[in-house]
Amino acid sequence: MPTQLKATDVVIVGMGAAGGVAALPLAEAGLEVVGLEAGTWLDRRDFAPDEIRNNYRDWPMLVDKCEDERPTSRATSAQTANRVGSHPMMNAVGGTSIHYWAQSWRLNPWDFKVVSETTRRYGRGRVPAGSTVEDWPFGYDELEPYYDLVERAVGVSGQAGNIHGQLDPRGNKFEGPRDREFPMPPLRWTAFNERMAEAARSLGWHPFPGPAAVNSENYDGRRGCVYHGFCNKGGCPVDAKNATHLTTIPKALDTGNLKVVTRAHVTKIEVDGAGRATGVNYVVGNNEYFQPARVVLIGCYTYENVRLLLLSKSRVYPDGFSNNHGQVGRHYLSHHQGAGVSALFPYDLDAWYGLPAQGVSVDDWADDNFDHSDLDFIGGGNLWAMSDRRPISAAGMSTYGRGRNWGSGWKRFIAENADRSHGFYIQKSTLPYEDNYLDLDPTETDRLGMPVIRITGQFKENELRIAKFIQDRAEEWYLEAGAIEVSRGGLGNAMGASTHAYGGTRMGENPETNVVDSWGFSHEAPNLGVLGASVMGTSGARNPTLTSQALSWRTAQHLVDAWRDIAE
Amino acid sequence: MAEKPRKENDISRRDMLKTASAAGAAALIPGPLDASTTAGAVEASVELVAAVPVGPLMNLTARETEILSAMVDRLIPSDELGPGALDAGALRYIDRALSEAESDTAEAYRNGLTALDRYSEYSRGKPFTELGDKEQDSVLIDLQTGGATGAGVGFVGSSGAFFNMVKSHTWQGVFGDPQYGGNVNFAGWDLINYPGVRMRVSREEQRRLENDQLEPVRQSAYAFAQFQATEED
Repeated sequence: MPTQLKATDVVIVGMGAAGGVAALPLAEAGLEVVGLEAGTWLDRRDFAPDEIRNNYRDWPMLVDKCEDERPTSRATSAQTANRVGSHPMMNAVGGTSIHYWAQSWRLNPWDFKVVSETTRRYGRGRVPAGSTVEDWPFGYDELEPYYDLVERAVGVSGQAGNIHGQLDPRGNKFEGPRDREFPMPPLRWTAFNERMAEAARSLGWHPFPGPAAVNSENYDGRRGCVYHGFCNKGGCPVDAKNATHLTTIPKALDTGNLKVVTRAHVTKIEVDGAGRATGVNYVVGNNEYFQPARVVLIGCYTYENVRLLLLSKSRVYPDGFSNNHGQVGRHYLSHHQGAGVSALFPYDLDAWYGLPAQGVSVDDWADDNFDHSDLDFIGGGNLWAMSDRRPISAAGMSTYGRGRNWGSGWKRFIAENADRSHGFYIQKSTLPYEDNYLDLDPTETDRLGMPVIRITGQFKENELRIAKFIQDRAEEWYLEAGAIEVSRGGLGNAMGASTHAYGGTRMGENPETNVVDSWGFSHEAPNLGVLGASVMGTSGARNPTLTSQALSWRTAQHLVDAWRDIAE
Repeated sequence: MAEKPRKENDISRRDMLKTASAAGAAALIPGPLDASTTAGAVEASVELVAAVPVGPLMNLTARETEILSAMVDRLIPSDELGPGALDAGALRYIDRALSEAESDTAEAYRNGLTALDRYSEYSRGKPFTELGDKEQDSVLIDLQTGGATGAGVGFVGSSGAFFNMVKSHTWQGVFGDPQYGGNVNFAGWDLINYPGVRMRVSREEQRRLENDQLEPVRQSAYAFAQFQATEED
């Protein structure tokens, strides 16, 4: 029998990018919050600039839980799924916001209204067949104040392009209107960043410094970025990357109303006869506990949010918690993580001391920022020219058909070219489809014997056409900047496990097609809220973290405002 | 491989093995081997180890070691551009890795090295270590392309997977942080003109880099006091 703990107002499962943000407005409002986290506290002394540890031995991800729960993956339901090689996320207080790349975007207004905007501009029939995409239950304007709150609470660097409709050519002219400037100016650019911006301008595009949850100057008692070059999958040794263990979580702890329990592996959401959540079970080592709570918020990564619901079966919810409409795991999508484009330049890029978030961004080919009347797809991709290089990966670069990638000839090649390559990932709109989904794997389990998540996901025609179109734009950009070789990755097939995984507990008014309502609370169990990108029904062409954090803040604020309705 | 003269303050092979086994016993998180390590000490120990001849490794037999040495030596040879993978300590890196983070690949090494030798006998009529440079290269090309097959050769998986594993670990050993036993005398970083691990790069330093005027820093990340183990740990 699990040890019964003292009841709390709210229990949050996962103290990462999403749960770590939601804790703050709750604790500040005087609610008693218990945050359960599978990992532990890490600090700046854990974050040595060490490529072997960060990028080859996946040190940040080596906490048992996520490694033990690696999903399986397949392209279609006709195939058998295989376990993926590593889990893209990490367990720690702060979660993956510790080692992520920290691009900190707002979605563009179009991403909230894909169906209605596509129909309005191009007529019916342009939304791809088989897609289950819906408009979000609200538009960009509803989320703007929460974007603003999070940008200030965690600290985001950038250049506004639209303040109350007033365009600023230094920023992104396609972004939704902001209430005010970013709290910090953008990260500095290298000479290569400047060169890429110049090349984009000469193509008639509109480059701007991309937004980053990295301090460009001292902010809120923490230092500005030191540009040491190991930000990619590394924690920050000077606390300049704005992970929640440095920002919202300490502030929530300061109120005295948040208690963080580390190494806590949550196994089940418990339910009463009426279908309300009563709390969660978790294990620490060999000990089992039950944490009763008036309200349960799950803030794990997309795969684990869905998994926890599906594993929490009961008489009331025989197919998993809040899954009596069969929607848990549906409307799954992830960003394209293949299809990259890379280039070789005839000059040094001087990229050793940069970071992925130090980017020149181009949004001209994203979302609906260009006319799709004569194109055979909807949506698009954002381009991001970053400055990011480390020695082992530099020495492992492609030889662009100029000989073997080892031996004496290769030594001559690499001595000249190690600092001369550059890569774009292709980040583009992805839609949900009927046959892309998450469920429990029929055979693979974690060490507790519980099934892991199975990803069934395939990029469809619309996504592949965007990828090809964006690869063409990437090549144009590289050639304009003087590249002498350009190489393209394949367009891809199976989605695989992704760091940008969305859906599975989609948000929407209709309980027949969505798990949570427009505030993030379950249509079936009113005191269960879901935090994270698993509530998002579209991806946009940009990184999800800031949107997931803004949604988390909004869900938490709604819980404070509607406490009686939800908790009692 | 010619033995290099030992320096006065050299460490014995036994000491090296002790160090390696301590590292093997340590947690997955690498820390400095000695809490008193300073930038100077790291450089000094790197110098010392360069002088240690390649002896028996902890995780491979003498014969396996000979084959691996020959392979790694062809992947990144010593030449007029500087030291190769052997002088940069790639074998020591791999041996330590097989004791710790990469221990689950030890069997793949044993199988692959034996299969490499068998393929060499089968296709070129001699053990791999008795072939000349060009012949060794052509055998390795067969491995890399997955073409090293034949009666009784016996690569588990494909020869390409084995080749890529060894190449990947060799690159980690040559171009990774010297803390792990490779990149001796910063040979890897010098080859690619990596200007070194710095804890802060000012705008002015970035400009100097862009003007080819930035002096390289030669130290391990673990030479910074912030990442050294303390008594409280």
